[in-house]
Amino acid sequence: MKFAAYMSWLSKWLASTALSQTIQTSGWLIPTLQTIHILCVATVLSSAIIVDLRICGIFDRNEPLQYIARRFLPVIWPVLLILLLTGSLLVVAEPHRSLQNSTFILKMGLLVVAVAITAGLQASINRSSGVLDKNNFHRIAARFAACGSILIWCGIVFAGRWIAYTEAG
Amino acid sequence: MIPSLLQLVAYLEKSALAENIRENDVLFPTIESVHVLSICLVVGSILIVDLRLVGLASVRRAASSVLSTILPLTWSAFAIAITSGSLMFISNATKYLSNDFFVCKMILIGVAGVNMAIFHLVSVRNLHLWDHSLNPPLQARLAGAFSILLWISVVACGRWIGFTMGVN
Repeated sequence: MKFAAYMSWLSKWLASTALSQTIQTSGWLIPTLQTIHILCVATVLSSAIIVDLRICGIFDRNEPLQYIARRFLPVIWPVLLILLLTGSLLVVAEPHRSLQNSTFILKMGLLVVAVAITAGLQASINRSSGVLDKNNFHRIAARFAACGSILIWCGIVFAGRWIAYTEAG
Repeated sequence: MIPSLLQLVAYLEKSALAENIRENDVLFPTIESVHVLSICLVVGSILIVDLRLVGLASVRRAASSVLSTILPLTWSAFAIAITSGSLMFISNATKYLSNDFFVCKMILIGVAGVNMAIFHLVSVRNLHLWDHSLNPPLQARLAGAFSILLWISVVACGRWIGFTMGVN
């Protein structure tokens, strides 16, 4: 089955489930889920960007990178789970709005890249104490990754808002 | 004072800038995206400060150093949020002013400002006494807890504006 046809079948099936009907007709559940979703985005985005800015040498330079990474990166993963949960419920509530929407697919693609960069940075910071501050090659590579991470996380927020303005296919 | 303020709002709403934002298909969602992005940074960064004040996070760092490193980020993001928010506001000022959630959101931001001002006037004065303490004094913990609740409410009101304004 082609991707578009599969998504069309999937969103019709999801929309017919009792859970979808309940969320859709309640009136207050969708904005509540969106509020929780945005609060979690705020947490993940701020944590990731603070570590990225420190890698670029802009934020809190007196504090070792490892301390900052240990303070801000671990919280991303449990919060990301809440994001997946609230996001999935929003998809179940209005599957047509997201699954058949190119901006939503783009957002998911960007999310995979952002998660990969963040996990990669966290692993390399934990593995090599202080090397990103001392070794030139590693520092420049990490700065590239950090700048990319900032842009992609911002892109995710943009795409998230644009889902509402993109015609579902 | 109120009539002249309403006149100013009406004047801004009729301006070419407001009309452009209202009519253009790309401008409003773009400004809205910048607004969401900056609000996320305001809320995320203020949460770091508030959790330190409550005594739940960053406790191994001095409160003063958490304040001085994080707050510049918060204020920069807040400036962008105010600018983007004002642009959205003037594009449909009359409608926003008659929206209860919009009015609530503005009041809540005002209360958050007062909460912060009280904290800076009262609690920061004896900051040196508890700067490295794992258990900040009650007044600091209250300021942090209030701030968390207020900003969560600001985000909730913001989202509800979208559902009650007849735009996305």
